[in-house]
Amino acid sequence: MSSTVSKFAEADAYIREVMQAAQSAKALPLDRRGFLKLAGAGLVLGFYLPGSARADAETPQAAGTASQAPVINAFVRVDPDNTITVYSKAPEIGQGIKTALGLIIAEEMDADWSRTVVEQAPIDGKVYGYQGAGGSTTIPRAWDQLRQAGAAAKAMLIAAAAQQWGVNPAEITARDSVLTHTASGKSATYGALATAAAKLPTPDPATLKLKTREQYRLLGQRFRGVDDHKLVTGQPLFGIDVRLPGMVYAAYAKCPSTGGKVKSANVDEIKAQPNVLDAFIIEGNGKPTELMPGIAIIARNTWAAFEARDKLDVIWDESGAAKESSRELAARAKQHAAGPFPAKADSNIGDVDRAFASAAKTIEAYYEYPFVAHANMEPQNTTAWWHDGVMELWAPTQQPNRGQTLVAGVLGLPENKVVVHQTRVGNGFGRRLMNDYMCEAAVIARRVKGPVKLQWSRADDFAHDFLRPAGYHQLKGAVDKKGRLDAWQEHFITFTADGQNPSASAGYSRFIAYACKAPNLRRGQTLVNLQVPTGPWRAPGCNAQYFAQQCFMHELALAAGRDHVEFLLDAVRREVPELAPPKDSNFDPARAAGVIKLCAEKAGWGKTLPKGRGLGLAWCYAHAGHVAQAVELSVDANKRITIHRVVVAADVGQVVERAGAESQAQGACVDAFSMALAQQINIENGRVREQNFGAYPILRMPFAPAIVEVYFVESNFPPTGMGEPALPAMAPAVANAIFAATGERVRAMPFSRLGYRV
Amino acid sequence: MITLQINGQSHTVDAPDDMPLLWVLRDLIGLTGTKYSCGIGRCGACTVHLDGKAEHACMVNVGSVGKRAVTTIEAIGETPVGAKIQAAWVEAKVAQCGYCQAGQIMAATALLNHTPHPSDADIDAAMAGTLCRCGTYVRLREAIKNAAKA
Repeated sequence: MSSTVSKFAEADAYIREVMQAAQSAKALPLDRRGFLKLAGAGLVLGFYLPGSARADAETPQAAGTASQAPVINAFVRVDPDNTITVYSKAPEIGQGIKTALGLIIAEEMDADWSRTVVEQAPIDGKVYGYQGAGGSTTIPRAWDQLRQAGAAAKAMLIAAAAQQWGVNPAEITARDSVLTHTASGKSATYGALATAAAKLPTPDPATLKLKTREQYRLLGQRFRGVDDHKLVTGQPLFGIDVRLPGMVYAAYAKCPSTGGKVKSANVDEIKAQPNVLDAFIIEGNGKPTELMPGIAIIARNTWAAFEARDKLDVIWDESGAAKESSRELAARAKQHAAGPFPAKADSNIGDVDRAFASAAKTIEAYYEYPFVAHANMEPQNTTAWWHDGVMELWAPTQQPNRGQTLVAGVLGLPENKVVVHQTRVGNGFGRRLMNDYMCEAAVIARRVKGPVKLQWSRADDFAHDFLRPAGYHQLKGAVDKKGRLDAWQEHFITFTADGQNPSASAGYSRFIAYACKAPNLRRGQTLVNLQVPTGPWRAPGCNAQYFAQQCFMHELALAAGRDHVEFLLDAVRREVPELAPPKDSNFDPARAAGVIKLCAEKAGWGKTLPKGRGLGLAWCYAHAGHVAQAVELSVDANKRITIHRVVVAADVGQVVERAGAESQAQGACVDAFSMALAQQINIENGRVREQNFGAYPILRMPFAPAIVEVYFVESNFPPTGMGEPALPAMAPAVANAIFAATGERVRAMPFSRLGYRV
Repeated sequence: MITLQINGQSHTVDAPDDMPLLWVLRDLIGLTGTKYSCGIGRCGACTVHLDGKAEHACMVNVGSVGKRAVTTIEAIGETPVGAKIQAAWVEAKVAQCGYCQAGQIMAATALLNHTPHPSDADIDAAMAGTLCRCGTYVRLREAIKNAAKA
């Protein structure tokens, strides 16, 4: 393996590891040592981090020592003016986490939400642990922690009041940041009690009594976003909005084919361009996740940098660069699909061959989908400032801690010499789990006096993405005499960067198995080499694999002569011991059945529709959520699709903030339809052909579904994330509805390949 | 030197005539509410008003602005319709990531200035140029209708 290819493989392994970490939704239990008071006026509560080796921090320390106790994180503070401040440790990428995390603490504290402020926590892995946003895991990770933090703060305030008033703490009631003792007629605000409370010992987490769902006054209701006023008035919140005194601007030109190196460039000519301050070649370390070679242009403004960059004349050494073509890859996949099943199956349950031999009905189909881009509305950028031996960065990233580590590595600095400021993020969708643009900005900043903002152009953003991998599924399924799913064989032709493992986001999703529980099941993969980097895209794996699975389930239901909904319910309720979910899985057949039934009922499943109109349904278990979607659409003679109504039924446990959860579901429907209808990245000679929104159409307002109804199955289950689970079932629901409306089976995304449009 | 009327104030900038208004606003004047996204007039994130008309700031050369009044997201709330739209946006919880919303608000305000009670078709026509990657269109439409009623 050449060194270039091994760098690619290393980068791919890094992304796979990042995804695994992001998706492990383990809620952090509170450390046995529990809470810690931190420095500051009023009451500031943090936690000891689990597993911390700092025994000396066991004794809660007095005010002013926060900096000496680096294992402590701050989550909540009560100021004497009765303001409650909550620190949101995860990036806000549009998932509404800042509002949701604040509400969890405020609920448990019985805080006055109108006087609660949510602030972005500083980025420090040693203090806060994992601070990423990915995998829809922030809520489940934070749920117990933040409720306990709120409850602990309230307990301390109550204890302070009980002392002051000489009353039994059990007789004190809390509401809207005010404590009241009815019998004595005494009451006080949290703010008035905060300083006294801060002098009391912190409670043992085990003694805290958390509120029950029936007692909630905030959780489950609809709230405005905590930053919405700032957003609608255009205040600077995003990475791209960062401005520092004396700041200059940078563009960075890399080889359009990943892996190309700079042979020569007209650097002197570029330096002479108007408003250009400098230009230089960066060799890079060859890892797409860190620093690829290129030419940096430093200018007085972004436009001058972009203009100069248009005049760049670079001769690239492409000997180690990616050379694939997506058309060729698709053709090769089709050949593999027609060839033998892989010798080594990934899963093999029952006896698939015998089941096919004795099946009442057997069908086969080939499903495929293309590479897609993230196309974040805010193109990648980072502001970096090298000063006093410290690299300070402001970055719109989903994974600030990792960025800090990577930047330290690339610069050869200790991690404590890299400071990262988290900004609001103009779309994540998984792209910003990678921090390549942070590394670039940092390396550029080392050569620039004063702060510098690296800005990618839209074309850069398309050219240097970590694409959702294309995929190809040869499916064979059988139904038994009772019309039940009996056998499922899936040959998945996908990609590898290291020749052994599926590339990032290219392997079977661990979530998909439960939605087609066949007693006889065989899955295998053929891995095709690919250098073009791939990575997570909203609901990785699920976002496309459910398209193939849920459409084929519809095909099988029809082949069996069964009602689609009944067929899906049968399959999910089927007891297949080998497909029993692991202990830590959230999957529950009853919850799955619940969303399928609710969705069908709300959508009017079984109703008679006029000609040209169809109702389609699909469901998924993804990122700990169970979600079903039903789409009612019509298709005209020119294959123009009009979506009249979408019904989403979701079970993500308790709903934390309803308006945000509904909005995530609505947005996911639009996003998925947009992706399924017309999005496709074409790779030619290792280069991404699409460079802007003209060639890569994002769905526009007139064509979006006008009605997206969202229903939640309410339960006492702990909440899980909403950023991803409402996406995967939308594309197959649309395709199934197209079949219902037209009789044409859509087995490829984007649907525009078959002439469909809006 | 070019003198511009922006949000009721006069700004003199040292910029070549062909520099897009977008970058003059963001980098030279420091009004970062107007967003860069596509740079070719395909996404609408940089929508501003020139004499009340919605324009893509990335497609307007600063030398061509002349005496026309430039209004950006930072000041649109000072107009009654702009304030109404902003309030409706917060009320309907339109924003997810929020990056495109400045452009959406500028496009919607221009629509209501011109057509106080828009039909769905009017809304489609006015808003088709402004992309939202989060897919907030359902709420965008609702917020525009609510603002029109307010």
